[in-house]
Amino acid sequence: MTTRRDFLVTGGGALGAAFGAAALGPQLLHALPHRRPLPALYTDAATRELMMEALDAAKRAGASWADVRISRNRNNSVQTRERQVTDVVDTDTMGCGVRVLVDGCWGFCATQELTKPGVGGAAQEAVAIAKANRVARDRRVELAPSPAHPDATWRSSYTIDPFTIPVEEKADLLLRANAEALGVANVRFVNSGLSFVKEERNYANTDGSVITQDYVRSWVTMSCTAVAPDRSGTAVRGPEVVQPAGRGWEYVLEADIVTNAKVWAQEAAEKLTAKAVEPGRYDLILHPSQLFLNIHESLAHPTELDRAMGYEANYAGTSFIAPPEKVLGSLKLGPPMMNLVGNRNEVGALATIGYDDDGVQPDEFHIVKNGVFNDYQTTREQAPWLASWYARNGQPVRSHGCSYAQSWADVQFQRMPNVSLQPGDNDLSWSDLIAATDKGIAMIGRASYSIDQQRYNAQFGAQLCYEVRNGKIVGQVKDAAYQMRTPEFWNALDMLGGKSSYALGGTFNDGKGQPGQANAVSHGCPPARFKNINIINTGRTV
Amino acid sequence: MSGPKSLFSTSAQARAGVLSREDAQSLVERTVKLSAADAVRVSVSSSRETNLRFADNQMSTSGVTTNTTIRIQSVFGKRKASVVTNDRSDDGLRRAVTQSEALARLAPEDPEYLGEIGPQQYATIDAWYDATADLTADDRAKAALSALAPARAGKELTVAGFIICNAGATAIGNSAGLFAYHRATSANYTLTARTNDGTGSGWAGMENNDWTKLDVQAVADRAIDKARRSRNPVAIEPGRYTVIFEPEATANLVSLMGNAFQARSADEGRSAFSKTGGTKLGEKIVDDRVTLYSDPGDPLIVSAPFDGEGMPVTQQTWVKNGVLQQLAYNRFWANKQGKTPTGNASSLRMADGADTLEAMIASTARGVLVTRLWYLRPLDARTLMYTGLTRDGTFLIENGKIARSIKNFRFNDSPLFMLNNLEGVGRALRTAGGDGGPAVAMPPVKVRDFNFTSLSDAV
Repeated sequence: MTTRRDFLVTGGGALGAAFGAAALGPQLLHALPHRRPLPALYTDAATRELMMEALDAAKRAGASWADVRISRNRNNSVQTRERQVTDVVDTDTMGCGVRVLVDGCWGFCATQELTKPGVGGAAQEAVAIAKANRVARDRRVELAPSPAHPDATWRSSYTIDPFTIPVEEKADLLLRANAEALGVANVRFVNSGLSFVKEERNYANTDGSVITQDYVRSWVTMSCTAVAPDRSGTAVRGPEVVQPAGRGWEYVLEADIVTNAKVWAQEAAEKLTAKAVEPGRYDLILHPSQLFLNIHESLAHPTELDRAMGYEANYAGTSFIAPPEKVLGSLKLGPPMMNLVGNRNEVGALATIGYDDDGVQPDEFHIVKNGVFNDYQTTREQAPWLASWYARNGQPVRSHGCSYAQSWADVQFQRMPNVSLQPGDNDLSWSDLIAATDKGIAMIGRASYSIDQQRYNAQFGAQLCYEVRNGKIVGQVKDAAYQMRTPEFWNALDMLGGKSSYALGGTFNDGKGQPGQANAVSHGCPPARFKNINIINTGRTV
Repeated sequence: MSGPKSLFSTSAQARAGVLSREDAQSLVERTVKLSAADAVRVSVSSSRETNLRFADNQMSTSGVTTNTTIRIQSVFGKRKASVVTNDRSDDGLRRAVTQSEALARLAPEDPEYLGEIGPQQYATIDAWYDATADLTADDRAKAALSALAPARAGKELTVAGFIICNAGATAIGNSAGLFAYHRATSANYTLTARTNDGTGSGWAGMENNDWTKLDVQAVADRAIDKARRSRNPVAIEPGRYTVIFEPEATANLVSLMGNAFQARSADEGRSAFSKTGGTKLGEKIVDDRVTLYSDPGDPLIVSAPFDGEGMPVTQQTWVKNGVLQQLAYNRFWANKQGKTPTGNASSLRMADGADTLEAMIASTARGVLVTRLWYLRPLDARTLMYTGLTRDGTFLIENGKIARSIKNFRFNDSPLFMLNNLEGVGRALRTAGGDGGPAVAMPPVKVRDFNFTSLSDAV
């Protein structure tokens, strides 16, 4: 397996001098010195051989079905504060995770020993665990059928591999942005960082699939903290000022953080003197950078089928959208203009992938159709649970391709695909929504967020809150949060932005499961307006 | 067999694939020798984690993961960078060292880097139990049956639970001759029982370094009892209530003070312990019955006697009898402020009080009993205001007795306000809600005027 590690690219400066990143727009990317053609993707012979050994060993030990993942997970992080770099870390781990079914019970074992005895031993241990678990089995796990993909490859939509960019260039970009922010009056602290992930994912199962995927994601964070001259208060803009994406270094350049840093810093400074929000009922206008997190919490989580069936009861909780037979096709979640789609194919979205960790090619599906609940997120284990609903609709029983594990060391389970709110028919913009509002609060950016374990009661803050009067923004307000009950909230949706205002928001770190695993996921949405929402003031003084 | 524990490597440790002191030291030394940097720090983490999940009254996923990672921080002058690898081969280590050196040479200077520290004295902490390291898949499945069997038999309950055990070692060494090693086992079991009518939910958990001290039957009985008693909750008006927090709920809120003990953010004017012109050090910040401390040797919550830099971690008292007594200083900030560095603690305990949970309930005319809290998120760093919700067993207390199950609440409040409004403190217990994360021990507490702001329909 040494050959696999030889691909390790040093972050050295052999690729030329730093350049003025902020000045470059996407149209100039073809001229960048770092842009090299990406190598063709294939499953290398040594990896394939190890995967076959793991599957064979599992079958020999008694598994009725098995899959194996051998992956290399790389992270690169550069973190700064004010005028200095605080941390540069590269993480590079490889290993093998084997999952088996024996008499309808799961077993899993992960090892870093990438040798035939290593992966074979892991397969045997996974089988031993599954056998031990039979004593406590109730129903058998049955997998929905899925076509084999014997020689498949897929690559995410990056054009410049961030792992080829020298560290000093990354640090320089951040420090220049920090300097811009620190030039704004009262802005005393700035933290910024770049995080990149690259996963070389190899998958095989006993159905005959052999899949190799190359996945990159990137995130720029920056938080600007303003401190009142008399230290009586602080105000923060950030750190999620740029949405993370399933793209490469080109995405970082497009974010133009050096130019934008000044704006973010000014917004923080302005917040110091913002008046406290007057609690009450307002029409609430949410920017995509705020709304995506609401969609994530209030709609995407409760439509995970494992949650609805109680599989997360001991941690993340269950769901108000349950039981399936009482809500599918009948629960009205919002007005007819509300359409929510699950997918793993939106370009640049974080959960976008060619094949999931069950070996399934994901499809696109309506979770909410014309305001009515239509389908759950599923894996191969879960899709058969909805067989009668699919039969009624003349649909085949198939997984939507939502199986995911954060690394080779973790067992896969149902994770969120991209869950996106479709834009409205009229091409309305953010400004159109503001202009149509007499008494409103407009919110931008994610801040504090909290929701109960069945996803009814939620409270969301924002990085920037503006008061809207008679169709105009009249100024920032502070300490504002909206308090909602999910079914009423989405039924209060009365205006949707159009196609041109649609944007992706996302996170690297959606937590679920025991042991906890992180999933990177995006949500597309237009800005939207909700009528007569309860706005509270969360401020208190000591 | 759980004790007496040996400080030397056991065969259980070898079976688990967890690095012994000797192997860890040799790995560190091998790596240090490969270094061409001015200074190098090598951190090793070796573990075997076993787990089992069950839900919907049947088995779910379960497995085992064995891994050893090596983090190498190379330094040239004040330029530094780290590489983490799990390749322990000579080639793998050499590659990682070379990579960290290449990154470090190009990284801008970190003016806060103070050099590596030399050999240190550490307390001897005994946290390894063979019984935990040796736990088998059969043992775990049998433990799950303690909840699955009664739930299936009774037809009125659905249970979901999680067992996680870890056997691991951490080691740190550097080019200045420092070496530190600590090994530990931990076992954690949490369980949620729900009534099949969908109206009741109860949670219980237990954590110990020694598996044989986990009473899985007691956890099952408690969660099931809570689920039954929490059935058919009624709504009561949100508002300010006298609240009795069970230890898990106390931990959910009070642990959040841990981050605020950082001296730097207090000095910089952006923490709850900042004030005009300085910090609140030496001031009374909460009720005088509150003492908060970290002690790696505390037998209830043993933790590593060193931090990520290799700095010794000893007992630190953050709040003593209500007074902010100590803030946490890293080496840079201590140096700058003329203080002694404290090391970075990884456990937190609130000192015992004289009250029992039963007595606190009995002395309450009208109040709310909370099992645990959920989804806590900060609202304001300067006041430590948080929002979150109650979950899995919330009850109304009337005339000194638990009167009925009530619907869950959202709160907007601060652990600082809460600990200023203290009416009672019980005996600290190790909490389990962290699923094997940092060890925390908290007592049940009784608090007046806690701010519940809205109702939740969630069960």
